[in-house]
Amino acid sequence: MSENPALAQIEEIVKGNDVVLFMKGVKTMPQCGFSAKVAQILQYLGVEFKDVNVLQSNEMRQGIKDYADWPTIPQLYVKGEFVGGADIVTEMTLSGELDQLLEAKGVAYDKARAEEIRAHNKAAS
Amino acid sequence: MTRLDRIRAALEEALAPESLDVQDDSHRHIGHAGSRPGGETHYLARVVSARFAGLSRVQRQRLVNAALAAEFAEGLHAFSMELKAPGEA
Repeated sequence: MSENPALAQIEEIVKGNDVVLFMKGVKTMPQCGFSAKVAQILQYLGVEFKDVNVLQSNEMRQGIKDYADWPTIPQLYVKGEFVGGADIVTEMTLSGELDQLLEAKGVAYDKARAEEIRAHNKAAS
Repeated sequence: MTRLDRIRAALEEALAPESLDVQDDSHRHIGHAGSRPGGETHYLARVVSARFAGLSRVQRQRLVNAALAAEFAEGLHAFSMELKAPGEA
């Protein structure tokens, strides 16, 4: 692994926040559809999370890919653990696994909202 | 050989899938971050492979990402995936 100074910074952010989303743009103004999707899910569920804009620097953009050995962005971390990107977070939301994860990790969220997403998705498919 | 062909070949080799459906979705992302004039940046795939049995979602995607490492290194920007083991809904 390189001497990328962003890695130490990423480690500090991941360990220092219960829920962190590394994304393109910020939660109030995402700059990529995949990042927007995950940010929207978390916001809809009322999950408090830190958003980190990887576009702030090349070091951060490359660093986050190296940190998790994961080639794409967004990346969601809960209590220091890598959860996944847009596909995984979406699937886990629809399957109820995200609820289980948040509950197991003691992260507050609005379960009624999660049920609403699932009911809506079922009706749409 | 297009990137789509290379992706299919790489996934066939790495995963010996029962079914493999890969689509170039780049045209739907024109003007978005990561889009390039020549396209070949955004893909989506549905894969059923026995290799996924017993693996978590992250582990499954890691197998795919590893198979596509060369493509990610050369401009592949986004790869959406739905990965199942045989028998999964």
